[in-house]
Amino acid sequence: MEQFTGRVWRLGDDIDTDIIIPTEYLALKTIEEMKQYGFEPLRPELAAQIHDGDVIVAGKNFGCGSSREQAPEVIKALGIRCVIAKSFARIFFRNAINNGLLLIEQPDLYDDVKEGDTITVTVNQAVDYQEKFYPITSLPENLVEIIHAGGLVKAMRRRNGLV
Amino acid sequence: MGQTMIEKIIAHNIGVESVKPGDIVTTEVDRVMLDDIMIPFIVDKFHEMGFTKVWDPDKIVLIYDHLVPASQQDDTRHYRVGDAFVKEYGLTHVHRSDGICHQLMTEAGYVKPGDVVFGTDSHTTTYGCVGAFSTGIGYTEMAAILGTGNLWVKVPETIRVEIQGTLPEGVMSKDIILRLIGDLGADGATYRALEFVGSTIDTMTVASRMTMANMAIEAGAKCAMFTPDEKTAEYCGIRLDEFQKSLKGDRDASYLRTITYQAEDFEPVMACPSQVDKIRKVSELEGIPIDQVFIGSCTNGRLEDLQAAAKVLEGKKVAPFVKLIVTPASRRVYEEALACGVLQILGKAGAIITHPGCGLCCGRTGGILCDGERIVATNNRNFLGRMGTSKVEIYLASPATAAACAVAGKITV
Repeated sequence: MEQFTGRVWRLGDDIDTDIIIPTEYLALKTIEEMKQYGFEPLRPELAAQIHDGDVIVAGKNFGCGSSREQAPEVIKALGIRCVIAKSFARIFFRNAINNGLLLIEQPDLYDDVKEGDTITVTVNQAVDYQEKFYPITSLPENLVEIIHAGGLVKAMRRRNGLV
Repeated sequence: MGQTMIEKIIAHNIGVESVKPGDIVTTEVDRVMLDDIMIPFIVDKFHEMGFTKVWDPDKIVLIYDHLVPASQQDDTRHYRVGDAFVKEYGLTHVHRSDGICHQLMTEAGYVKPGDVVFGTDSHTTTYGCVGAFSTGIGYTEMAAILGTGNLWVKVPETIRVEIQGTLPEGVMSKDIILRLIGDLGADGATYRALEFVGSTIDTMTVASRMTMANMAIEAGAKCAMFTPDEKTAEYCGIRLDEFQKSLKGDRDASYLRTITYQAEDFEPVMACPSQVDKIRKVSELEGIPIDQVFIGSCTNGRLEDLQAAAKVLEGKKVAPFVKLIVTPASRRVYEEALACGVLQILGKAGAIITHPGCGLCCGRTGGILCDGERIVATNNRNFLGRMGTSKVEIYLASPATAAACAVAGKITV
């Protein structure tokens, strides 16, 4: 069973895609150039502080707002291993899956967890925080297939006989 | 067992008798909209996926709007990437300076009642105004559609919103949708369809329905549904066929819930900084000083919106310290507003009238604000930092309310 441990960045409710990556940076050529501006309107210092393998824990409606796929790509490029939230906005949810960014819906962890603490995630089972277990559900089959293929691009490459 | 409107559209699209919420199905896409911000990313993903041709050039519409005219040096790269793609794959539906994508998709006749349409912008929900199923997606999924013509969707549950009666003077459809978003919350319709019915909706113009469908996403909705009628047919320049005439929610359909309003109970409202669901009556905000007013966007940049503003501004002057920026949603709206004298009225009152396009709504051009400044705007989002720094306060309102505020130099009804 896939398991990992990460340091928590705790964000609020309704973290919108303009916060995750503001429109003014969307014309930068690459996600690598964009990522330093991640979360700038809310916490300008955050992008530089995130390390590989960290985890975001947020409230409800994470990723609401625009359809910009740069949002999950920036989060992934910053090194975030997964986002755990009370709920996700639907376009962000699809975009994250298509880019292989793991999203986990969990209603209670956000209320208990403190920023900087460490959690352990066992995929499709539970999150362990200070020896308390927060159950999580698994994804629908068609989404698991996309993730297993390594994202939608790879799934299409296979379809087109390139893999 | 009856069906909701979205269930009828999806069932028809995939060629079955009926579908139910939760079903995961593969739709045949009728039309897609690609915008200038996303085009370089779409093209990259399309090539990375290994496609060598698009599924149907006639079903693809490319619109430059967020970046027109360019405000940053690198913006024109997006035109070049788009133009190269157009040439290579034989696209014919391209708009390089005609206005905002969502306005053009219905105005130029690309979307018809009952169609299944996807776009790389969250406000793609707008085309529900003519009874289409339309919603926003990311660039990777768009690239996959360009190659395959298909996209999977989960059939959403439907929330029915019934509004009966006549709206009071000075109240617009913007006030209805803002109040609904406030009542539902910014995630209150996530993954769900909103189906609008009732005599207030029946008597509403397609343009007013467009404002409401546009903002459905601000409650998290997957799509907004308005039953096509004679006004829709006239707007789309078609005669409704039997399928299109059948597009209404059945009485015995299964709805998640029904919300009812009486039109006479609505009054002018605003979404306060910095959440779209933070709704207050304008009367409760009376007197808050402002620096700028923006009338435009795919939410409220149509002729009837400019007319509503002109009605308030005729013979008056914008407060001396306020900049009033008016941005028609499309070239056609601009020309119509010019022909009927509306732009002259707005200009005489002191408005700064700009080229059609997304303009200030996405915070890239014409009127960026700085720390401590406050704006009343008719667009759809007041997120932190959307129109300048994160210390700008954005209040969302109808064009009539926005115009009144411009004259008063403060928030007022």
